[in-house]
Formats: sequence, structure tokens, C-alpha cells
Amino acid sequence: METIITDFNHIQTAHCENGVATSLLRYHGLDFMSEPLAFGLGVGLFYIYLPFMKFSNGPAISFRTMPGDIFKRASRSLGIKVARKKFRSTVAAQEFLDKKVTEGVPVGCQVGVFHLKYFAKEYRFHFNAHNLIVYGKEDGRYLISDPVMETVTSLSVAELEDVRFARGPLAPKGHIYFPVNVPKVGEEQLRKAVKISLKKNAWWMSQVPVSCIGSSGFAYTGKHIRKWRDKLGVKQAGLNLGQIVRMQEEIGTGGGGFRFIYAAFLEQAAEILQDDRLSRLSEEVTKSGDLLRSSAVRMAAVYKGRKTEQQDFNEVAEGFEEIGALEKKIFSELYKMKF
Amino acid sequence: MKKEDLPQDKTTLTDFTRDVYYVKNKEGAYEQALSSGWSVKSDALEGAWEEIDRRVALAIESFKAGEASPILYYMEKNLMDIPTLAGYAGQWSFCVKRHLKAKSFKRLSDKKLSKYAKAFKITIEELKNFDGNDNNGL
Repeated sequence: METIITDFNHIQTAHCENGVATSLLRYHGLDFMSEPLAFGLGVGLFYIYLPFMKFSNGPAISFRTMPGDIFKRASRSLGIKVARKKFRSTVAAQEFLDKKVTEGVPVGCQVGVFHLKYFAKEYRFHFNAHNLIVYGKEDGRYLISDPVMETVTSLSVAELEDVRFARGPLAPKGHIYFPVNVPKVGEEQLRKAVKISLKKNAWWMSQVPVSCIGSSGFAYTGKHIRKWRDKLGVKQAGLNLGQIVRMQEEIGTGGGGFRFIYAAFLEQAAEILQDDRLSRLSEEVTKSGDLLRSSAVRMAAVYKGRKTEQQDFNEVAEGFEEIGALEKKIFSELYKMKF
Repeated sequence: MKKEDLPQDKTTLTDFTRDVYYVKNKEGAYEQALSSGWSVKSDALEGAWEEIDRRVALAIESFKAGEASPILYYMEKNLMDIPTLAGYAGQWSFCVKRHLKAKSFKRLSDKKLSKYAKAFKITIEELKNFDGNDNNGL
């Protein structure tokens, strides 16, 4: 079987799920779609710290929503249906994929990173919520467009099966998804979708009455960081900070990159809604991203072992509190805004 | 972040791809730019790998002392934690925890051993005859 979907264009983006959403929606005729827009419409910006959970032996922390939600919400807000399928049997999963590719439909796949052959070994951890697009099959190899790569790649049948059926937490189980019957999205509908998504994101960041979720989560993390040195010892506390940096800096999203993507979205939203207040908020979110970057530099000094006093941990914690206060201010304001 | 502040450090990332960042250009508008890496990021990654090496070394030590089973070594070597290995081997987490001890490893049937071997992508003989040497071939 030889099929290549020729009118599919590879797009490199900062984050894999945004990238898959952007590429697939653009393929289906939404030419205005860009990564910041997909991220914003998908209500992507978030913060959560779960102290009782461990992720590869470090703290579980995230700067964006649950994997899968961005594409789901972004398509739903524009009235697009997304078909999804998970599989028990690897054979059925491959048959379905082959069928879709023969029909000429590029499809998104959730995969695990650990067995992903074209990634450098240093980046291959057990992270099961990576996304890529299969857009054809040639000489028995699947043609892959991975949004974090600069160019397209390919995987053999066995290699793709390995990553689609990675196991462990968030196991993809051959998860495959693609938009079905995409309607024409008018300007009025886009404006409405932007307004709703802004409101929703502001709600998640400023109104959830749980201290570990949203902007209050930063101060909450800060409180824990102050205790780490005494509780876990210098070594483990430093490793924990390293883990925070790695979570914040997953490939392509360096230095709280999600903040910069969201700031870019606010800039676009200001243009779509003709609203200057949003461009001012965009500046503020940029500031928050810059603060996250300098926070990462401070944490680096700790886990590199240059600064390991309690004072240094306090400084890191203060940095978190500052970011939390800033984001609280931004998103409370956004939440109260009338459009 | 301004475009001129975008770090272009030489890191392991440089060898296989470049990062997309959203940066402010001179007119103050956002645009995409590519970065070859950031040392802060690669240091964190390096730290994570040092920690893995340390855990592997601990597993070997504990195996040589007759406490741990080879499964512990291969688990650490494959960067897995218990829930991940449980997923790959199709076992319950509490069973996996038990199988990490040398004593219960000896009692494991070939059928179960083959499940673990498959999870680590090695042969059942390699798993059984693990001699405490760290083979970097993995």
C-alpha cells in the first residue's frame, strides 16, 4: 500500500498537541489557525501542583491543561466534531490506521516517547502524551509529521506500534483522532469562540477555590519549596527543582513558554476583537513568562550545586509567589472584563 | 522575551532538532523563532540522567548484596518506575514490588519471567543470568 497525502503541510510548533491541532485544522481548511490561537481556544494555560503525586520520582507539576484537552476544546469551540478511537488489539489499531491513510485522511496519534526512534536518547523518558500526525505510507514505513521536529520523518510499522502501545500512566492504547465534517467558520463564530475561551481560561486561573490549582498554585508550590531542604535533604530538593524546570521546559516550551504562547494568543485576540485592553494583558503575561525564565535560572543555580543554602530556596519560593500574585491580578482582571 | 535574548546554546538538542519559541520582535509583536537550546534546560536534563545513573548503581549494589532481583536493575536501566513496569509487564503494582526482591524472583515461573523480559526487550536468559555487570548496550 502506497499513499501519501500530498496536500498536507508539515508545521513546526513549540508544543506537540498545539501543533497537531493546528496542522489538522489547517488541512481541513481553517487557514487562519495558528499555534497560539489553537492553544488559546483550547483553554491551554494552566497551573497545577500535586504534592501527593510523584512523576518519575519527582513532584507532579504542570503548566498547561490535561493532555488531549487542548485539541478537544479548540475544535469544540469552533463547532468541529472530532472522532476518537482507542484499541485493545494492535492489529485492529493498525488496520484502522491503514484504512484512514488510504482514504487520504491525516490522523493524529497519541504516543509514548520512550521508544520513539527519531528522538535523541537523552529526551526519551516514559512520557505517554506526545502527539504526532501520520500522513501517509511509503515502502512499508509510515510518514510522520511530528510538530516538534523541524522536518518530517518516518517510522516502520513495528516502531509505530511500539510507541502507540506504550504502557504505564496515561497509556495511549493506540489512541487515534481526526476532525470530521469541518464546517466553514465565520468571523462572528471565531469572535464568539475567542470570548468564551478567554473567560474560561481566566476562570481556571483565578477562580478555582483550590489552593493547588491556578494562579494560587504558585504560592502553594513556594510554600512547599521552603520546606524541601530540611525535609528531603539538599540532594533530593535540588533534584525536585530540576524536575520543575524540566516540566516547565518540556521540549519546545522553554522558560514558561506556554506563557509566551498565551501572550501571543492575547495579541491575536486583541486584533480579532478590536480590544486594546487585551494587548495590555498580553504584555503582562509576557512579563509572567519572563519571571518564569529568571526563576528557572535561579533554580538552576541550586541544582547545579552553586547555591544550596536555605536562603536560596527561600529566594526560589519568593519568585514563585511573585509570579502567582502577578497571574492572579491578570486573570482576575480578564475574568471581570466585559466584551 | 525579546528576540535577541533567545538563547542559542550548544546542547544535546542541537543534534536532532531546534526549539520553536514565541518571541517579541523589534516592533513589539510576537513571532516564531528557533533556538538550538538553553543551558539551564540541558543542565536540568543532565541532572536527571545523573540521578538515573545513581539509581542504577544502587540497584547493582543491592543485587550484589543478594537483596534485589535483576528486575530492579533493568527497571532502573529502562528509566521505569513501578507503575510503568506494571503496565509493560501486565502485572499488578504490588506484585511488581514483590518481584524486585531476590527471594521472590527465584520463585518466578518462566511465563512471568518472559513477560518481564518482553517489557525490557531482552531475552529470558539475559534476565535470568544477570551477573551484576552494567552493560551499556541497552
